Amino acid sequence: MNVFMFYLLSFIILTFSVLTITSRKMLRATIYLLFVLVATSGLYFLLNYQFLAAVQLTLYAGGIVVLIIFSILLTSHISQRFKKPEPWKLWMGIIAFIVGSVLVSWTLLSHNFIKNPGMKSTPVDMHLIGNQLLGLGKNGYVLSFEVISILLLAAMITAIVIAKKEKNQKSDTL
Amino acid sequence: MIQGISIYHFLIVSTLMFFIGIAGFIIRQNLITILLSVELILNSVVINFLVFNRYLYPDQLQGHFFALFIIGVAAAEASVAIALIINIYRRIHNIESDNVNEMKY
Repeated sequence: MNVFMFYLLSFIILTFSVLTITSRKMLRATIYLLFVLVATSGLYFLLNYQFLAAVQLTLYAGGIVVLIIFSILLTSHISQRFKKPEPWKLWMGIIAFIVGSVLVSWTLLSHNFIKNPGMKSTPVDMHLIGNQLLGLGKNGYVLSFEVISILLLAAMITAIVIAKKEKNQKSDTL
Repeated sequence: MIQGISIYHFLIVSTLMFFIGIAGFIIRQNLITILLSVELILNSVVINFLVFNRYLYPDQLQGHFFALFIIGVAAAEASVAIALIINIYRRIHNIESDNVNEMKY
């Protein structure tokens, strides 16, 4: 059952990733990206990381995709189709894909990953995550937690300042 | 870990996803679709972190926390990028990357 689910989810991920970068309507590309993100959170469920799967669903699928759809509605026409990419760009992309994936896959498959046999797997429960995320001692991540909170604050202020309308701008520009 | 699925299966899937994102970054011309490709790349990296955590070091949670922070950084990056895109649209009235060739105000 798990094996079947893994193959199904990877099939969805790869198919819709390709559709995301080849679809010629922008809103459709975003919806394909949404399918990719939901299937990825399915993979996290398979790996028993329920908390991270929930974060992926709410933050990516619920937050970022909605933000992108908003900006699409603000900046372009829905029915507009992209013109075909120039051939040299297309071939550059395909060559980068083939060369890169062959190189990395070959390196991965020729490397032997060794698992330390003494480790037993710990269940990932919310108490453990909370204690480690705000912990100061060993396995504590409070510094990165604070840094990322400042980063989010800075990003929010930056977004407001950049997208703010200037006073002397003419009102017919948007 | 999943019975019957080795670590290589996951790594191949995330590798292909990463390079699909790279190809989209090169091929696409619209700024928002370039942003979509960046999201694909970040997602494949998150899969990698979690798989290494689960298969090689299952007694710790380091990959899990890295994945959490990557998702936070992706959210911050998307919001700033979208603010920039909207500002560019106000100035030059479209968001094709070919037309954004001068940064001068």
